[in-house]
Amino acid sequence: MSILANKFAHQSEPERYEFRETPLHRFGLDRRDFFKFFGAGIMVFAAAKNSVAMQESGGGRQNHAEDLPKEITAWLHIGEDGSVTAFTGKVEIGQNIRTSLAQSVADELRVPFESVRMVMGDTQLTPFDMGTFGSRTTPTMAPQLRRVAAAARDLLLQAAAKEWNTTPEKLLAVNAKITDPSSGRSTTYADVARGKTLAQSIPDEDPMTPASEWTIAGKSLPKVDGRAFVTGRHQYTSDLRPAGLLYGKVLRPPSFGATMTSCDVSAAQKLPGAVLVHDGDFVGAAAPSESEADEAIAAIRAEWKETPQPSSSELFSYLKRNVETSERSELTQSGSIEDGLAHAAQRLDSAYTVAYIAHAPLEPRAAVAEWKDGKLTVWTGTQRPFATRDNLAEAFHLSKENVRVIVPDTGSAYGGKHTPDAALEAARLARAAGKPVKIVWAREEEFTWAYFRPAGVIEIRSGVAADGALTAWEFHNYNSGAAGIGTPYTVPNQHIEFHPVRSPLRQGSYRGLAATANHFARESHMDDLAHAARMDPLDFRLKNISDPRLRDVFQAAAKSFGWPAKKTKPGQGFGIGGGIEKGGYVATCVEISTDDARGAIRLVRVVTAFDCGAIVNPDGLRNQIIGANIMGLGGALFEAMTFDGGRISNARFSRYRVPRFRDVPDMEIVLVDRKDIPSAGAGETPLVGLAPAIGNAIFDATGVRRTTLPLAPRA
Amino acid sequence: MAPPLELEVNAQKYPVHSDPDTRLLTVLRDELGLTGTKYGCGEGQCGACTVLIGGSPRRSCQVLLGEVVQPVTTIEGLEKDGHLHPVQQAFLDLDAFQCAYCTSGMILSSVALLAQKPHPSPTEIVQFMQGNICRCGTYPRIVDAIQRAAKSLEKQPR
Repeated sequence: MSILANKFAHQSEPERYEFRETPLHRFGLDRRDFFKFFGAGIMVFAAAKNSVAMQESGGGRQNHAEDLPKEITAWLHIGEDGSVTAFTGKVEIGQNIRTSLAQSVADELRVPFESVRMVMGDTQLTPFDMGTFGSRTTPTMAPQLRRVAAAARDLLLQAAAKEWNTTPEKLLAVNAKITDPSSGRSTTYADVARGKTLAQSIPDEDPMTPASEWTIAGKSLPKVDGRAFVTGRHQYTSDLRPAGLLYGKVLRPPSFGATMTSCDVSAAQKLPGAVLVHDGDFVGAAAPSESEADEAIAAIRAEWKETPQPSSSELFSYLKRNVETSERSELTQSGSIEDGLAHAAQRLDSAYTVAYIAHAPLEPRAAVAEWKDGKLTVWTGTQRPFATRDNLAEAFHLSKENVRVIVPDTGSAYGGKHTPDAALEAARLARAAGKPVKIVWAREEEFTWAYFRPAGVIEIRSGVAADGALTAWEFHNYNSGAAGIGTPYTVPNQHIEFHPVRSPLRQGSYRGLAATANHFARESHMDDLAHAARMDPLDFRLKNISDPRLRDVFQAAAKSFGWPAKKTKPGQGFGIGGGIEKGGYVATCVEISTDDARGAIRLVRVVTAFDCGAIVNPDGLRNQIIGANIMGLGGALFEAMTFDGGRISNARFSRYRVPRFRDVPDMEIVLVDRKDIPSAGAGETPLVGLAPAIGNAIFDATGVRRTTLPLAPRA
Repeated sequence: MAPPLELEVNAQKYPVHSDPDTRLLTVLRDELGLTGTKYGCGEGQCGACTVLIGGSPRRSCQVLLGEVVQPVTTIEGLEKDGHLHPVQQAFLDLDAFQCAYCTSGMILSSVALLAQKPHPSPTEIVQFMQGNICRCGTYPRIVDAIQRAAKSLEKQPR
């Protein structure tokens, strides 16, 4: 078997080009098993299709009518003690959904926030989920959980009404109690649930409480389990220490594309306690301590054949030369570019580049694998627990039922933890060792063998009429991706195309995906067009915007910032940028200062206005936007992978600079709360306006247009 | 086998069997099971593994077991009789974390700062904390949390 032989065969992860979630589930447990597992009480399942069926089990008879619907997206259990447990395949990676989802459940069920427990990202206990990415949790999972909570509430009301010989409509559900205002009778959810095994499945479309009537959602509640984090008690994957644990290490090739020509593990095998695995091109060791595993890897004699690899200095010409002709480009078109350019008073033509950057999650990729009786359990920090389960089942020829993947709340991911690498490595070593094995990637492995935010080249050709109206917009993106590629501005003649490229580095998903690159190019270009049309950059955008929500965030950011601002000192510059992505609307205004002598750029002040519909947790949202700006300023100003001869030359925090305390600007966050609009996700979109706003501010300060991300690599 | 070394961690003495040239981080996590101290980079650049040795902040990935003579304090040693240290309480009150993997190191660096300088200015905080990375970008809240903790330490010195 060679489980890792094809590890890099598909260099581009599918998530590079967005995902559509399809909530499908085939669920093996029947209802009786479920109550056996979770205890008696009340159980509600959200089915993806119409299959409304209320069934009372009457002591656990089993027949076909009791089978669960096959397509389930979320479920919820109310125990005999009134405890509420909600189940979802989403995972917590620092984006605070354990808290925000619990708020939505508590709100809809009418129970105290503290009584709700979320079980997340466990392939044995939670419904199937495609993965936690694309800002999908708040717009899709929160409504699903609200639906099950609403149905559970109805079920409780019906049960109480039956007992009191009245109708549910006459009863009230408040604070985990049901009361009958006409008679003054009252009972708790716990009392209603006691001794019952009630189950119900509901369709997708049940009505829910509108945001204007939320009482628990919409509030700034503190992070669930916060105390476990500040005391160090929370156990991340890398902290787990099951009995008999061995530590695993993997032999890495000296460079990208290198193939093994010979490998001698005999010396390593003689080391006491070490277990060696040489399987295909996978070579790894497990040992009772990390240092012994390191020694075993060091004792391996391996020869490699290296192949020529492009270097970062020639990256952008390489990307243009290596367009993937076997893959179709993605094209949207309207009108005629030539007509549009012919009617333009001003024409512009420019090219932009973006570098590969690293996610650098502070908790590296990690997994603990344990085999027992032919069954495999893997704890791992992944954004895709079910895909990881499937990868493991395939690699080890197991049925999916015999693989369980559990995701402890994870030390961040930012789109970087989609692949199953560490899980496969730990499982392969654990199978050979007959003991649990833990793999924690070293920082250098993280920076080298994970995958990167795609680099790219973007070319834009455009025209603007004398009155400042856009007439033509031709946009070509090479490699970096199609997310956020469409322009939110009104242009009659458009040609927007994404060209896939054979990437020299392994690349994949990243917070904001290509929306960062596409917004950088588009909003930089819009700034140049504004100057060409002799208009203020804000006025120029407003003239070409038809979407009122985008107009609102631009005006909100400008108002708080004091746009247009007057320069009061040398080296000062102001810039604006924004857009629409994943259902969120963002506008960012920045002030920068340049030090002409050293060419250094400092981000002084940022105002971000953001509209993601109805806000679930304002404080959590602020935290996400602050974090997006700070993470975003790294990619905007100085983060870039450098590589040569198939080797990453800055695979350390001492060589790859990430934002630190000193880089933080003054920040103001303007939240536009639209209770009349369903909530969108918010972890990614706030980031996309920052880089172009900084670039535009540099132009304002210096008169020089920088067209590369990062904008100031030596700052 | 050599006789065990003695290591004092969180006011408790432990016999330690690891080799004297083992990194303190590894001893704390793998031998003593004190996993609140995190690995982040192994080169002293990120601060996730920060502990106090004799009250001074040290990167435990850069300290060898054999070099440790003074008592060690880790994140597990800050809570007293069920009461959080004022710095822990301030981080909790202000939600000064997201994924929280950096939090142990941030809190111990903050405790060290406040011991040296009970009322640091924002600039002094930034300077002192420069070696700790929060990739989620919660820095502004950490600065606020340190100032809040300074105020509560003033009221009830530990």
